[in-house]
Amino acid sequence: MDWLQTLAVVLDSTIRLSVPLICAAMAGLWSERAGVVDIGLEGKMLIAAFASAVAAFASGSAWIGLGAGVLAALALALVHGFAAITWRGNQIVSGVAINMLAAGLTVILGNAWYGQGGRTPSLEGAARFGELTLPFARWAREHVPILGLFYDEVISGHSAPAYLAFLCVLLTAFVLKRTRFGLRIRAVGENPAAVDTAGISVARLRYGAVAICGLLCGLGGTYLAAAQSAGFLPHMTAGRGFIALAAVIFANWRPWPALGACLLFGLLDAVAIRLQGVTLPGIGLVPVEAIQALPYVMTVVLLAGFIGKATPPRASGLPYVKER
Amino acid sequence: MSAAPIELPRWADVALVPLVSVAAALLVAGLVVIGIGENPLEATALMLRGALGSAEGIGFTLYYATNFIFTGLAVAVAFHAGLFNIGGEGQATAAGIAMAFACLGLSWAPGFIAVPLAILAAAAGGALWAFIPGWLQAKRGSHVVITTIMLNFVAATLIVYLLREVIGKPGSMQPETPDFPAQAVLTPMHQLLAPFGLRLPPTPLNSALLLALLSLFAVWLLIWRTRLGYAIRTVGANPRAAAYAGISPAAVTMVAMAISGALAGGLAVNEALGVQHRLVLDFTAGYGFVGIAVALMGRGHPVGVGLAALLFGVLYQGGAELSFDKPAITRDMVVVIGGVLILFAGALDGLFRRLVAGVLRSGRSGA
Repeated sequence: MDWLQTLAVVLDSTIRLSVPLICAAMAGLWSERAGVVDIGLEGKMLIAAFASAVAAFASGSAWIGLGAGVLAALALALVHGFAAITWRGNQIVSGVAINMLAAGLTVILGNAWYGQGGRTPSLEGAARFGELTLPFARWAREHVPILGLFYDEVISGHSAPAYLAFLCVLLTAFVLKRTRFGLRIRAVGENPAAVDTAGISVARLRYGAVAICGLLCGLGGTYLAAAQSAGFLPHMTAGRGFIALAAVIFANWRPWPALGACLLFGLLDAVAIRLQGVTLPGIGLVPVEAIQALPYVMTVVLLAGFIGKATPPRASGLPYVKER
Repeated sequence: MSAAPIELPRWADVALVPLVSVAAALLVAGLVVIGIGENPLEATALMLRGALGSAEGIGFTLYYATNFIFTGLAVAVAFHAGLFNIGGEGQATAAGIAMAFACLGLSWAPGFIAVPLAILAAAAGGALWAFIPGWLQAKRGSHVVITTIMLNFVAATLIVYLLREVIGKPGSMQPETPDFPAQAVLTPMHQLLAPFGLRLPPTPLNSALLLALLSLFAVWLLIWRTRLGYAIRTVGANPRAAAYAGISPAAVTMVAMAISGALAGGLAVNEALGVQHRLVLDFTAGYGFVGIAVALMGRGHPVGVGLAALLFGVLYQGGAELSFDKPAITRDMVVVIGGVLILFAGALDGLFRRLVAGVLRSGRSGA
């Protein structure tokens, strides 16, 4: 039963590693379904990670950290909205700006406030999200063969933001598909003129979507700093915002497939960590870099239309001009 | 809010709007400095003295400016074709890899053969890494922005693998290649100018600056004085009209991306061939992204790119000196200024044009 245990551990770390991806992917999904391209997911997560670590350290409460993280990401999201929606600026330029702003600002402020080269002091006790043990987890592990082990190891034992992230997928899928607001969001990403003709404000809908995007990035960033790690490290998002972007493209801008893509990329990451320095028969030393590059290569190949076809929302990236 | 584009006199469009956005970006940086409890005026004085106050400081400033000229031009050329190349980092990395292979394979060759071949290898590596997204956009319809982002990460993992397994220095724990052959590197400026009676303190400034200045002139020549440049500008302005005029937007897309990538390769020439004399990990150090700010601020014109590169050179070198005196203000300030500048000069261009137009109008009616 040794390999079962190994499998359970790998799946457990898959979940852990995919949580930030899931948050960012849902964030990107909201923004892009409303027609606002967002390559600033990375920056928003980074600033949220920093703000949450600072607030959690100062207050001693991880939940206050979450609040601060969400507010910080929301602020940057609104900057993006101001440039992209109100001033009809280039959305990609704005996204690049936000990424750079967050990367620089977090290190400067962190260094000025704590003098540890941009790190924040480590979070302890209630300042960090603890692991929640789901009901019957211990019992199931002992009494239910196989499934009990997986329940205890994989499903149980994550922190509150992780469960929130999965809840967000459910909410995103439901709201986008089944509610009036969701229908309007999707419409504004496909044909904003039609929405405008129906007497609904394009700008307001898009601001709404961008704000939800900021909120979700805040959750993902907070998870990184106050749950997965115990504090902020410079550049700790390490490209996760872009992998999430890849997941959204991979999933053709749909929530459930995006969850699948995030879990897949999380699994790749978990396997890469597991195989570090391992020699496999027939392959030799595993080139971990190849596994790490796989999400990016797969996205390029997918976008090129070699496997399936990526169809973004029709109005994505286009500022809406009422009429001349 | 009207949707009509805001008309400005040419001098305001070319000079005033970028200057106003630079001033605003520096103002934001000043606020950050105040926020961390330092005096922004004192910081500015320290920075200017560090960047321009001595021959050594100027040498460093020009060395950093060399990097920004290359990455700024790379973004600018793609802009003229209506393409947004944010893959400068990856292209420079690919250029560095190609150049390292060339240099390490050319240890037999005398300098006058090895150096040009190494530079060509860098240009070819960068061009190839940019040609892929160009080709994918032209022929397969995938967007150049996403592909260049993804290829940045692919290049970043590729160089880690190569430096560890293939071209790494044997026995070294650092991810770096062995030193390049001594004849296959660029000459430092203080040695180059010594025969002319100019005594300069040793700085990393090297003959790559001349290559950068040559590139500035070559890009001006290309964009405004050649048939290809005309095709690039036409495709950038209106691909449909270009196609109607017999220009192939697909071909121009691929060629413009390749040129853009080759220019980004100049970063590898300055850093690896000019200063480090070996290939190290992360030598791109964000220069590729700051290049976007340089190109936006310089309005895509080589003169503007040169001036913007100089400004960022001052910020970079001044920032380094400043962080010695004021450890609270690290060099990441440049990244913040770059980000704010991209936001102001790029995404919020409309806002700043409106501001300038409003001021000009009120000035005229007041007079």
